[in-house]
Amino acid sequence: MIEVEHLTVSYPADGSEQIALHDVSLTVPQGTVCAVIGPSGCGKSTLLKVVAGLIHDYQGTVRIAGKDINPRAMKIGFMPQNYGLMPWQTVAENIMLGCRIKGEVPDEMQERMAELCKRLGIAGLEERYPQELSGGQQQRVGLARAFLLRPDILLMDEPFSALDAITREEMQEVFLDLWQENHITTILVTHYVEEALYLGQQIALMAAHPGTVQAVRLNGLAGSVEKRQTAEFFAAGQQLRDKIKAMEVRR
Amino acid sequence: MRNGKVVLRAYLGGAVFLLALWWAISLLVELPIIPAPDKVLVKLSHVFMQAIAIHGAYSLWRIAAGLVLAVGIGYPIGLIMGYFPRADRLLAPLVYLTYPIPKIALLPILMLLAGIGEWSKILMIFLIIVFQVIIAVRDGIRAIPEETYYPLYSLGASFGQLFRYVIFPASLPKFITAVRVAMATAISVLFFTETFGTQYGMGYYIMDAWLRVNYLEMYAGIVVLSFLGLLLFGLIDLVEYFACRWQQ
Repeated sequence: MIEVEHLTVSYPADGSEQIALHDVSLTVPQGTVCAVIGPSGCGKSTLLKVVAGLIHDYQGTVRIAGKDINPRAMKIGFMPQNYGLMPWQTVAENIMLGCRIKGEVPDEMQERMAELCKRLGIAGLEERYPQELSGGQQQRVGLARAFLLRPDILLMDEPFSALDAITREEMQEVFLDLWQENHITTILVTHYVEEALYLGQQIALMAAHPGTVQAVRLNGLAGSVEKRQTAEFFAAGQQLRDKIKAMEVRR
Repeated sequence: MRNGKVVLRAYLGGAVFLLALWWAISLLVELPIIPAPDKVLVKLSHVFMQAIAIHGAYSLWRIAAGLVLAVGIGYPIGLIMGYFPRADRLLAPLVYLTYPIPKIALLPILMLLAGIGEWSKILMIFLIIVFQVIIAVRDGIRAIPEETYYPLYSLGASFGQLFRYVIFPASLPKFITAVRVAMATAISVLFFTETFGTQYGMGYYIMDAWLRVNYLEMYAGIVVLSFLGLLLFGLIDLVEYFACRWQQ
């Protein structure tokens, strides 16, 4: 479970304090995916960085499974927008990186890694370097790293945004497939309404200037390919889109 | 290594071109001070094992010792300056103030302090290379985008792990380039230092042949010095090829 309570983050810019997040509260129950959606500049990424333990200067409390954030003591899987692959490491080394940092024995990982690569369709690419792969393949390597680690929580910052529409839908399905096995508590930042509806059992709507959580709603449409084609899904998407637009107009 | 053959052919072509140029000039001027390359190479084959090899070995040892010392001391300093901005603010003025000092001007002082033997020569090479190593490593580390560290930070990586998985590989290409640039300076400085207080080294050999007006031996020494440089640069290229595979 991830609990964020009254989180405020500000940073100095041009001599004055800029408020990135203002009094944000959000609870992600154990074993669910929370999609965070909102216009650019609403502090989505900042929220993710605080939970990932990358920003230490904040007010409020953030707890993971009831404990304060401590990247050394817990397993936090963080996938940045650019997938966070090391250009100097081969695909295999990149996938292993999380486990290596956590001191897990690579020998025992070999088998699971091979299976993950097969499922993700990147088997046979283990000895290549990331820049020799397509964007979609790099994304798969990032996912393989995250799921090989079996983290306590998974944080993804617009993971599928840089992909073309068809690859994006494919990757969403691949993610869902892996996720359903492990049920890792996940926060997924996105700016695609359909992605939020398809992947998030909970959707948090954020507004900008300053970044706040406007509404948190449960989403019964998540995780099902069939529902994705229904009128209900489209209606929900339209409704969500209208809400985001309304927030932008109000400013 | 399919590329190996191509590279070898390019080097051979370069050598042939220089030899042809040398030959043409020697034919044109017809002076003993520019002997034809064939005579020099024949001379070289006679004197190499009995005389030049030991001088070459001395020069190589001095360069290697100076380089190891410079990397051993310069790398940690560059690492600290590159990763900790506060250390950089403290150390940068010191480096910038001492970097422009012409090191060769310090040779008499070095000779007084370290003697005219091996140490003053090795220290001179060290002084010349170390600054380039410090600056290159620092700038290489500074150029690493903050986001590159994020996946490791969020995993709670230690400084040792950050160094191993990010800092070292990310700054390696710049570091190797710095060593390559410094190497050329080191060889020419070595030549100068070897003209004093020693009876061994390529610098001594070439200047000695010059003073004896033995131009064939002098040119033989120059050819060997040139090959010494080629060997060192080739070695650096080889290290880069294997250590920076991701850049190909």
